[in-house]
Amino acid sequence: MSNKKDTFFSTILVVLIVCLVCSIVVSSAAVGLRSMQKANKIADTQKNILAVAGVSSNKTMKEIFATNIKAKLVNLKTGKFVEGGNVATYEQRHEAKIPGKSIKLTAKEDVAKIGRRANIAKIYLVSDDHGKLQRIILPIHGAGLWSTMYAFVALKPDGSTVMGIAYYDQAETPGLGGEVTNPRWTSLWIGKQLFNKQGDVAIKVIKGHAPKNAVHEVDGLAGATLTSDGVENTFLFWLGKNGFGPFLSNVRAGVLNHD
Amino acid sequence: MTKLGEMKEIAIDPIFNNNPIGLQVLGVCSALAVTSNLKTALVMTIALIVVTAFSNFFISIIRNVIPNSVRIIVQMAIIASLVIVVDQLLKAFAYGLSKQLTVYVGLIITNCIVMGRAEAYAMKNPPIASFIDGVGNGLGYGFILLVVGAIRELFGSGALFGFVILPLTSNGGWYQANGLLLLPPSAFFIIGGIIWVIRIFKPAQVEPKE
Repeated sequence: MSNKKDTFFSTILVVLIVCLVCSIVVSSAAVGLRSMQKANKIADTQKNILAVAGVSSNKTMKEIFATNIKAKLVNLKTGKFVEGGNVATYEQRHEAKIPGKSIKLTAKEDVAKIGRRANIAKIYLVSDDHGKLQRIILPIHGAGLWSTMYAFVALKPDGSTVMGIAYYDQAETPGLGGEVTNPRWTSLWIGKQLFNKQGDVAIKVIKGHAPKNAVHEVDGLAGATLTSDGVENTFLFWLGKNGFGPFLSNVRAGVLNHD
Repeated sequence: MTKLGEMKEIAIDPIFNNNPIGLQVLGVCSALAVTSNLKTALVMTIALIVVTAFSNFFISIIRNVIPNSVRIIVQMAIIASLVIVVDQLLKAFAYGLSKQLTVYVGLIITNCIVMGRAEAYAMKNPPIASFIDGVGNGLGYGFILLVVGAIRELFGSGALFGFVILPLTSNGGWYQANGLLLLPPSAFFIIGGIIWVIRIFKPAQVEPKE
């Protein structure tokens, strides 16, 4: 019997059939569940944006996104809005991998250790029910100890005061670096000034506790020096000239007021 | 047909008597990675039970036609397909968890328990018994995972399933968390401890001196 199933042709035949069945199962699972996965992904992003948007109302998530939150594309080099372009489907993380739509950062420029940066960023403008601009939400990311950490940071329309920060995708050590998601820690950011009076990046994550009334310093995470450094470097990069620097200086000059 | 009592034995045996981690010392690497809290440990357990049970089942169905020379590859193909399906299901129905687990779900493919059971049991036994053997071994793996996860989460972050039990000093409580327990090496010590305890009660598992 073992001779019969071990012949050359029956071996090939069995392998082919197994492969065919497996590939049908895998592809039908992937195709059949795709719409649900996409919806999950969008809902997840919206939830993270909402966490820093500060819209307090009893509207549903969908209504808030329809009326209060507006996605915009920003050309990072010029710091100006990109008119046209499909905002809804734009995926910054994906674009950052495409040569021509992103730039490779030199070792010196790449403080946040992200390798490549998309030319266009997707930001969110939050306004109240009367259409008055309340917050600017910027996506930032940078390397921590183990992982690339993705976050949204919400700023006042002055382009410098932090109103909220939410890390939504990271794989740092749970309990140590993973505490970047701890609400107690993220609440320390509220009210901090990212820039000093001269317009230079001034935000710092320091070891131990920041002095009271400090406007530029945030407590580091206990036992997670490298993650804390990663957070600081993420801010240094994204507030600098290769990040949102040009855009934020336009904001401070008042471009959003004419919107 | 196998009798009901026998079935029960196949399912229960791997939990204490023939535990895949405790006695066979398989699947330790993934046990280190997912046990820093109970929630991921539980989801990993369920995912592994599903994969092991069904891979055993399907492999057992075709065990008589799998050519000997390529049997490992055929087993891998079946296991890998099942893992992808589980991963897709998690992404569709438990998105938050899949984000925490996604790398490790992929790593079920390389979990020695799945292949070990396919090779050692499913290739020689009928489908139903194989399926139950898969469930049993998944449970055995899960038992260790949950014990380790409970110890690590309770003493490392003062909580169980995310519910605070020991309020941490960093959140204004009184419990100073043990940071070591949050790091993977601590799982080694705990698993070592569990194996020691199991072998005190079941001296038959102690390897003979060479």
